[in-house]
Amino acid sequence: MTAIIALSLFGISNLFWGFWFPRKVLQILTLLFLAIGIGLTAMDWNHELLWFGNMFRTTNTSINFSLIIQLAAFLVVALSRGFGADDEHTHPAEYYAILLFSVVGAILMVSFDHMIMLFVGLEILSVAMYVLTGSDKRNLKSNEAALKYFLMGAFATGILLFGITLVYGATKSFYISNLANIIAATAPESMPSFLYIGVLLMLIGLLFKVSAAPFHFWTPDVYDGAPTIFTMFMSTVVKTAGFAALYHILSGVFGGIYSTWVLTIYFISMLTLIIGNVTAAYQLSVKRMLAYSSISHAGYMLMTVSAMQSSSTSTVLYYSLSYTLATVAAFAVLILVSEYQTGRKEKPEDYSSFEGLAKNNPGLAFCFTISLLSLAGIPMTAGFWGKFFIFSDSFNRNIIYPVILAILMSAVGIYYYFKGIIAIYFKNGDIEKIEVPILFKIALWFCTIATLVLGVYPNIVKSLF
Amino acid sequence: MNLLFILFFPLLIGAYLLIAKPKHAFIISLSATILEAIATGFMLYKINETLLPITFIQDWIPEVGIQFSLKADGISGILIGLCALLLPFIIGSTSNTEKANHAQYQGLMLLMQSAMMGAFLAKDAFLFYFFFEASLLPIYFLASKFGGENKSAITFKFLLYTIFGSLFLFIGLIFVYLRTPGATHSADIETLYLTARNLSAESQGYLFMAFFIAFAIKMPIFPFHTWQPDTYTTSPSQGTMLLSGIMLKMGTYGVIRLIIPMFPLGIAIWGNTAIVLSIIGVIYGSIIAIQQKDAKRLLAYSSFAHVGLISAGMLTQSFDGIQGALYQMLSHGINVIGLFFVIEIIERRTKSRELAQLGGITQSSYALTVCFIILSLGSVALPLTNGFIGEFILLKSIFDYSLIFGVIAGITIILGAVYTLRLIQKTMFGNVSRITTEFSKLTLEEKMVLIPLSIFVLLGGIFPNAILHFSEESVTQITQLLK
Repeated sequence: MTAIIALSLFGISNLFWGFWFPRKVLQILTLLFLAIGIGLTAMDWNHELLWFGNMFRTTNTSINFSLIIQLAAFLVVALSRGFGADDEHTHPAEYYAILLFSVVGAILMVSFDHMIMLFVGLEILSVAMYVLTGSDKRNLKSNEAALKYFLMGAFATGILLFGITLVYGATKSFYISNLANIIAATAPESMPSFLYIGVLLMLIGLLFKVSAAPFHFWTPDVYDGAPTIFTMFMSTVVKTAGFAALYHILSGVFGGIYSTWVLTIYFISMLTLIIGNVTAAYQLSVKRMLAYSSISHAGYMLMTVSAMQSSSTSTVLYYSLSYTLATVAAFAVLILVSEYQTGRKEKPEDYSSFEGLAKNNPGLAFCFTISLLSLAGIPMTAGFWGKFFIFSDSFNRNIIYPVILAILMSAVGIYYYFKGIIAIYFKNGDIEKIEVPILFKIALWFCTIATLVLGVYPNIVKSLF
Repeated sequence: MNLLFILFFPLLIGAYLLIAKPKHAFIISLSATILEAIATGFMLYKINETLLPITFIQDWIPEVGIQFSLKADGISGILIGLCALLLPFIIGSTSNTEKANHAQYQGLMLLMQSAMMGAFLAKDAFLFYFFFEASLLPIYFLASKFGGENKSAITFKFLLYTIFGSLFLFIGLIFVYLRTPGATHSADIETLYLTARNLSAESQGYLFMAFFIAFAIKMPIFPFHTWQPDTYTTSPSQGTMLLSGIMLKMGTYGVIRLIIPMFPLGIAIWGNTAIVLSIIGVIYGSIIAIQQKDAKRLLAYSSFAHVGLISAGMLTQSFDGIQGALYQMLSHGINVIGLFFVIEIIERRTKSRELAQLGGITQSSYALTVCFIILSLGSVALPLTNGFIGEFILLKSIFDYSLIFGVIAGITIILGAVYTLRLIQKTMFGNVSRITTEFSKLTLEEKMVLIPLSIFVLLGGIFPNAILHFSEESVTQITQLLK
């Protein structure tokens, strides 16, 4: 909990450091702040406590989620070199400050014990994301993305808030633990019917944030338009926080009325899998492919949510971690390659820009390959066990058809992820040696090695969750 | 300890070759595989003496009951023996080419060996699946990096096809695994046997289909074979040798190790269909092989036909069928890599594999002809060759199972003779063609590969008992489960 106070203060202080320090120092400072945040979060391990008028609860699960979020943010900061050389237009101080604030929002979203706290966390995170999406302000696509994201996001938040209100109206409580008791104690028939409408609206609001179909329409455009580094941030931090919140709500509050919402989640997860994977297979741009792949991974994670087993918490955690590591590495290579190809190729983010990468950049090619293999769920990578845990949770609940569908969709996934691998290894292109900054290198190899280690020995983290 | 060495030694050397890219890759990988073969040989000798399996068990993911457990018994022993025996020859066959000292090429082959060893040794079903899938990556990179015409599209099809199949195996495994007793469940293959056998006939039927699709694509069995001829043809020779010599045995091994003991009721429902498909493959593959113009493609179809017979034999679930299948896996592995190497030698010298353009090689290289004939006769299953023993036992088991199946499958011997003799005649005999006039003699390195392989063909045909005896115990255990 001290972490959110510290990170907020650091964020504010960052705004002032910007007067004196250049970008490089600010980056190091932010990394330091996040490291402190990670340390402070870890110190709460095994201390289950309530804070802020019982609105905020630290549990080991919430700590794990907070750690994944801060790790992702740490990697994103390490990988951000800004865009464009001039500090005048990019405002590094504001950028790092907003990043820290959004991390605070994400931590609130995974540790709330009160509906208002969920809303506050979601808003802090979302508003920060709207700003960051549009931060490349001379880029038309970035502006368009920010506007789209803001309009749709504000609408979704409104729906979520409306849902919270209805649930409050039905149960007269905002507290998660109270809510669960009230719902468990009341017979379903005597429950006012607008409770269910409230649940549905809350689900819609959260599903929008994790970009599950059919609420995904903003995702490709926003991911594509935002500077790649924020796309990375969005598809890791926002997604993890969104799923943690969704899972927390569904298992903690509405577990008692499982049967009323499970079919909805069930179908949404199937729809998300189909739309995400099939559309990703048609993309020419790697960035858009990763955007749709992030939609498809939401589909896999929703399968666990609908299974709601005792092991589901650890599955969601494991999957978030493996997905985060792989996505960060994939986007990092994308940043490097597209920067290199800007000016050389018309569309620097397409598969064609990756052609021949392996020839002079074997390290980058290897990292990219491992991350794609992990996203595809091939053995020896973390993604494989992620899929394994998800499928076994679903089977435990006797969910057969979505699993078969998920299998078919994994095969589609292999198709588009391997398109990237084919481009870098087996197509001819002339990419010279790309200069990789040292922080970049460390972050990239950290993700790759962690993916491999988790793939060979998943127990390292599985026993923690 | 020895098991771990056998499993990880090629991996380490392979990783070293890929990362450090040393200059003398050929010598390193050749000596590594020879050392591996010796270590494996020692272990097999020990198993043969005591007739007890060697196991290694270590917790891997205790929360979900998955173990890192290995077991070498009579069945695994034959396959790891095959894998360890063939690799030195496959690597030796690269000598004097630009691939010999290509560190990546050699490294990928060693990684492949490690993964295949893992699949044959695994005692835990998920470990098996892990290696089963992992072996795909090195061969995919090998084939699409060093392959021939149109390699990218063809190998991609191969990859998608096989992964697609193994995903069914994956969910099938999870399904059975979740029904094992205990809070954490267990994925130990022997526990899965007991669990799966108690499932209802209906679920066993579905599970049989899920498992069989995965293995049928790997082998391949008609109608899942469409990836195979193209992939075999376009892969570099060593890739083809690995695919046909060892990798397809992962499919047949999977049937013996998993399907037969696990789903007796499933086989009762679908077994006949599967055998019919296998026999269709035998006949269909042979007929297409007869008409091929490209020597490598011809061998690809012949391999398809042979594996169909193996599959039909073992699916009869009889002691003979499984024994014959194991023996035939071994002989087919030896024969097929020898034959592919002969085609590679011809292609190196003449730059052609077209049967119409070849001929009369016997006049310039007698040794090549002799080796080629011995290897081909092994493939035709002439008495005194290893192929005879395998096919004889297999056909016997199919006859015992059903007379009609036996008669139809028996045609394979005639058809096999037709396409193999046609291959010999068009390449070795006949008139010397324009491109074979300057056909140079075999080099020492080439002889070092071909002559031992030919000797194995004869040895296998004359002294089959040592190997049949080796697997007898383990096969009996499996057939006893079926009673």
